[in-house]
Amino acid sequence: MILETIKSQNITFEQKVVALARLAEGSIEVLNKSESLKKYIEDGIICDLFEGNAPYRPRYIVPDYEKFMEQGSKFLNIEKPTNLWEAVHALLILYKHVPSITTMPVYLGNIDYLLEPFIKDESEAYLAIKLFLKHVDSTITDSFCHANIGPRETKAGFLILKAMRELELPTPNLTIKYNDETTEKLATEAIQTALVTAKPSFANDKMFRDDFKGEYGIVSCYNGLKVGGGANTLVRVRLGGLSKLATSKEEFLEKTLPEVSKEMLEYIDERSKFIIEESGFYESSFLIKEGLLEKEKFTGLFGFVGLAECVNNLLGAEAQEDRFGYSEKANKLGLEIVEKMSAIVKGHKTQYAGEFFGNTHLLHSQVGIDTDRNESPGCRIPVGEEPEMFNHIIYSAPFHQYCPSGIGDIFVFDETFKSNPEAILDIIKGAFQNNMRFFSLYSNECDVIRVTGYLVKKSEMEKLDKGEQVLRDTTILGKGARDNAKALARKLRSE
Amino acid sequence: MSLKARINRIIKFSNVDGPGNRMAIFFQKCNFNCEYCHNPETIKSCIHCGKCVEFCKSGALEKVDGIIKWDKTKCCECDQCIKNCSIDSSPKTLEYSVEDVIEEIDKVKFFIKGITVSGGESSLSFEFITLLFKRVKELWPHLTCFVDTNGGVDFQLEIYKEFVEITDAFMLDVKAWDLKEHIELTGVSNENVIKNLIYLERIDKLFEVRTVVVKDILNNILTVENVSKIISNKYIRYKIIKYRPFGVRADKIEKLKSPSQEEQENLEKLANNLNVKSTLII
Ligand code: SF4
Ligand code: SF4
Repeated sequence: MILETIKSQNITFEQKVVALARLAEGSIEVLNKSESLKKYIEDGIICDLFEGNAPYRPRYIVPDYEKFMEQGSKFLNIEKPTNLWEAVHALLILYKHVPSITTMPVYLGNIDYLLEPFIKDESEAYLAIKLFLKHVDSTITDSFCHANIGPRETKAGFLILKAMRELELPTPNLTIKYNDETTEKLATEAIQTALVTAKPSFANDKMFRDDFKGEYGIVSCYNGLKVGGGANTLVRVRLGGLSKLATSKEEFLEKTLPEVSKEMLEYIDERSKFIIEESGFYESSFLIKEGLLEKEKFTGLFGFVGLAECVNNLLGAEAQEDRFGYSEKANKLGLEIVEKMSAIVKGHKTQYAGEFFGNTHLLHSQVGIDTDRNESPGCRIPVGEEPEMFNHIIYSAPFHQYCPSGIGDIFVFDETFKSNPEAILDIIKGAFQNNMRFFSLYSNECDVIRVTGYLVKKSEMEKLDKGEQVLRDTTILGKGARDNAKALARKLRSE
Repeated sequence: MSLKARINRIIKFSNVDGPGNRMAIFFQKCNFNCEYCHNPETIKSCIHCGKCVEFCKSGALEKVDGIIKWDKTKCCECDQCIKNCSIDSSPKTLEYSVEDVIEEIDKVKFFIKGITVSGGESSLSFEFITLLFKRVKELWPHLTCFVDTNGGVDFQLEIYKEFVEITDAFMLDVKAWDLKEHIELTGVSNENVIKNLIYLERIDKLFEVRTVVVKDILNNILTVENVSKIISNKYIRYKIIKYRPFGVRADKIEKLKSPSQEEQENLEKLANNLNVKSTLII
């Protein structure tokens, strides 16, 4: 495997280095795993998303960039920025030193607010922002890297959107935090941008702010996490596969699900424990020392996929009208399952989840990975089975309250919406009124498209199809999701 | 008053029937008979002859006491009934009271900027619509009420006074400027259409004018030029729509041709040169 990786011609040098590090980590066993956990892992029911055997950094890190802009960094020898070029420069340096599971930062901050104080001359600012974004795209070669803007309107926010429309690059991913304060102008500009380049997504600011008692960041695909904290690990359960171990829905709810959840929680604890107590991250990282991160703002994520398949299995639902996303009965069962998981997760107090979260982990509706088959992302209605938009939203929204650290749906709009972006804003407003947490959109004409949560360029996937090298590892994931999970065959919304 | 109306279809979310996302309500029956009609089954009212029943394989149609009943829950939308209707109508319409429609709006009220009535020809149901709009304004004052019309009836007549007053804005089709052409295309004169164009512009109730462009058989330049001159003073959108053959009756398709993109762009330029503030070619 090592030699194979070294000799490979269709991954880049950086991708090789990362792959080799993974192989090294994979060669040791330091975590305690129970027999039943091992069995679940072997059967593909529980999966740690290739986090590795000996985790030496938290999976997701959400530095307090505001603080960094105020104080600079002793360790990096950076002074507090005084103009736009210094600001952009400082951020780009810091990003290189923010670890994550992919080795690249998954969160870049509320970049509009960070840059706004330095915006004087708009044409110079536009150049700085464009170079900044281009730099991020070419050096953080992984679209789990996520920037935020909003909810308030800023000059920087408009410039960022404009630059993203012009550049049409997959990285960084972008989310606009939306609330009643967000102006119609900024929101429609965001929609126009998403129709060109599949971002930003819309986050229901009120919901997130309530759940995170203030500042939060949208990171990686769509994960809500606490600013100044993050998530040590994400372990997930495949509910579709799990449901096959139960003979009835009663058995599933009373026995199968609680049993697997217990193993999951212990495994999340075990992984977190290693990071916290063994890896030295929380003692040695300058991010901690300089106050950009606090251990108590970290938690663990309890993820799940395949709710739809799980419900359909348990009900033996074949005909469309009986299936998840259509029948009342199926949806009720779906909610019961998610409520149950939420209660189990909340009921598990552990020293390995931060005090900020009352020492609990968070439930996360995971978007799936490229090799998933027959497991739809989290609570999503399977691609290809989407009901009409209104029903889609009304059925999906009730699930969103249970997953503070991430859940969302993606809608594809046809080109007619470009001349009426307010229509999409009306739909988003309605969705948020109905407590939807997160809403993504793109147009069927975009080159950059959203796969399950992250972004890829269709043209790059075509290169990969031909066996050529590509810069971003997420392109490889996108190709898998396209081939295995029909992730690009979403229902097109017209009229 | 239990006024009822025949409604062909309600679309919960529409982005092409006025500003923002709107619920679009399509009334059955039309006073024009356009060659290029995309929904010819909305023109005539069903005469309850019963012919379609035998073509329905899903058991969704039944004749009860001489009246055709359509069971929406059984229907698989195969449209065999429409294809075989003796008069090019449709049995798939439902009778609604104002409160029935209000109930539908209630479901989507958070998602829409307003409602738009369309057709068939909505203005033929003007009494129903007047009551509907009044109710909407009582319940949800922020929702706007739009009318999509062919302008075939004279809105300046006393009977339409309340209807025009309660409507926030109209979207008017001007299908042809030349009288003979209009009669040939729609079966009726365009005298009222042009009167309404001028009237609605004057009272500030015109949101949009639409012209469907058909190659060769219509003098599209003449139409666009004259409409543009009238609407250019205000912020009224002119939508210049390319004719497309979808849904058009088989016997009409032969002589109707779509314009090229270039012809469309030239018409848009013409409108822009005449100072139309907002144009859209689709
Ligand atoms: S479309 Fe018409 S023929 Fe077809 S199932 Fe429905 S009612 Fe019957
Ligand atoms: S829809 Fe047509 S065929 Fe059916 S009863 Fe009415 S008029 Fe007759």
